[in-house]
Amino acid sequence: MKRTPIALVTASVLFSISLAACGSGGTKANTTTTSSAPIVVGADLSLSGDFATEGLPYARGYDMWASYVNSHGGLLGRKVTMKILSDASNQPEVTTNYQALISVDHASLLFGPVSTLFTVPAAREALRFGYALVEGAGGGPVVFNSGLTNVFDTGLTIAGTVVPFAKYLASLPVSDRPKTAAYATENDPFDEPETQGAQQVLQAAGIKTVYSKTFPQEVADYTPIADQIAATHAQVVILGAGDLSVLSPFVHAFIQQGYNPEAFYTANGANPPQFAPAIGGTANANGIVTSGSWYPDYNNPDSQAFVKAYLKAYGGTASSIDPSVAEGYSVGEVMQAAVEATHSLNQQTIMNYLHSGATIQTVLGPVSFDKLGQNKAASAFLFQWQGGQYVAADPPQSGVQGLVFPKPAWGAS
Amino acid sequence: MIVGQAVVDGILTGGVYALMAAGLTLTFGVMQVINVAQGALVVLGAYLSYELEQHAQIDPFVGLLVTVPALFLLGVGIEMLFIRRLRTLSIFNFVVMAILATYAVSVITEGVLDMIFGSGLVEVQAPYVDNSFVWFGMHLPEIYVYGFLLAAGLLGALSLLLYRTRFGRSVRATEQNRTSAMLVGVPVHRVSTIVFGIGVAVTAAGGMIFGATNAFNGDSGSDLISRLLTIVVLGGLGSMGGALVGAIVLLVVENLVAVLWSPDWAPLVFSVVLVVVLLVRPNGLLGRAVAT
Repeated sequence: MKRTPIALVTASVLFSISLAACGSGGTKANTTTTSSAPIVVGADLSLSGDFATEGLPYARGYDMWASYVNSHGGLLGRKVTMKILSDASNQPEVTTNYQALISVDHASLLFGPVSTLFTVPAAREALRFGYALVEGAGGGPVVFNSGLTNVFDTGLTIAGTVVPFAKYLASLPVSDRPKTAAYATENDPFDEPETQGAQQVLQAAGIKTVYSKTFPQEVADYTPIADQIAATHAQVVILGAGDLSVLSPFVHAFIQQGYNPEAFYTANGANPPQFAPAIGGTANANGIVTSGSWYPDYNNPDSQAFVKAYLKAYGGTASSIDPSVAEGYSVGEVMQAAVEATHSLNQQTIMNYLHSGATIQTVLGPVSFDKLGQNKAASAFLFQWQGGQYVAADPPQSGVQGLVFPKPAWGAS
Repeated sequence: MIVGQAVVDGILTGGVYALMAAGLTLTFGVMQVINVAQGALVVLGAYLSYELEQHAQIDPFVGLLVTVPALFLLGVGIEMLFIRRLRTLSIFNFVVMAILATYAVSVITEGVLDMIFGSGLVEVQAPYVDNSFVWFGMHLPEIYVYGFLLAAGLLGALSLLLYRTRFGRSVRATEQNRTSAMLVGVPVHRVSTIVFGIGVAVTAAGGMIFGATNAFNGDSGSDLISRLLTIVVLGGLGSMGGALVGAIVLLVVENLVAVLWSPDWAPLVFSVVLVVVLLVRPNGLLGRAVAT
């Protein structure tokens, strides 16, 4: 009887070791180019939970790209099958999903998740199996400072988000330049450094910091934070909001307090179609600035073809297209370009190509990666609500004169 | 002034959270059911108010005349379909299985809301959402003042119902000893069903205010339920007044820490307060020992 527990333990340990051996490095990426079987492209996305507002449009972007490729001869003559697993906005699920995509689904190519928070574990898991990971929504510094040689981000880096707006304010004549600024940001690996980047530029231009705090995502009530900012009468507000659910309480609180900053930038949450209705109409939105890498009227042939294809597939209007769909689509375009240029599904070959500095044309414009995987050719836009419309103000789209400063009063056109 | 504003904001917002937590504490106090679907039902109430406001231009407060009865009927249905069948179990197994059953309701509700409305964030609109009263130099948002008054009114009405009516006597008898109540002729099944329905109906009011003050989607309930459970534990399981006091304490403590120290520390400090209170008063601020 005494031997039985030992035998059971030993058997359990051996079984576990064998399972681990099957799971780690035991599966190679399917690099065969001569097969006619479909190429499986795997991705983990947040299809529910806190990040679903970005995850769902990204899924649409990935699916749109797969449909386009399949209707244009496939990839290396083979059909593409998108396999998207949902992490339900739970970080531990990301690693599990990429393990499944590699070991169970035998994906030949991998696309990334949404959020810097999920990109790091995704890239680590992909690197363990020797995969490249192309993504469009993980641009926080931690992604590029973690020694990950396999990640390629088609999106904007921090330098392309709020910093151009901060530089715009800093460039104003001293007599027009704001004197004080308030910074509030979610404790997020992208939004926090983004806000800090703006603070550095504005402080260097002599704009005094009168409030600077981070807040966790679990805050029950944003009102006291917003009220405290309002009490400082800061002329500039830089808000590292993760999405509309964070931005909206600040806007409401500012209006309730009768506080109207001269400049109001938000990291996220201000794009149509949800923002204006949530805060009581476009009149309240006027003057608010955000940044991004794409808009429907972008004067780019690939982008315009993409918009036509989107409207044909899903209907609606161009202004209702979520930019995340275009970002997801661009991820597919980059991977497709690498595979077709090298005529290979070999992951190291793909990574070498993407690191070579080659420029790839996408719906976002040109994409070219530096040695860290950052897109050094990213097209960065500052968007602002003007006259009830969400427009690209810098560089200005056709018919727009540029950024409006100071911000109009709440409710003014 | 900013400290005063933080305290007043905490009191007003606490009223809103009390509305959302009242149903939870009521169903636990009477039925020993921890309704983990409460967060999802708050969001459902918010969506109902949103739809009435968007498509019929009905003011959110007036819309409660529709949403409260609707959620009452839903609560009755949930109790009859999911909870009543568990009554044959021992008390411990009943509590555990009721948690699982209401969790299933939560998942189903979130899934249905996601399917119907998608993941886009929406808000209930009303002209007074962005208006505020000025009181001693502080701005009191009208929506929160109205929400607090609604919470006080509804909780007061519930207390009257429980302590001044024959039905209330039946409820308290069922709460104290279900078997004895049955023996003296109290229709305990019907009482439980109605109480559960009332608990969910009150959620409609909380959901309306939540929807008018927050951008939400079908998944917003999962963030809410942890805060609501914290409130009812702090206030005392089964205590209506405890729900109000617990909610106010939560929001005031968090607001003061956010303003005087840092928003990063607000949730942690509140958790410390919760632990200290439970060490001194294990049944919560206004709770009493639960009958076994």
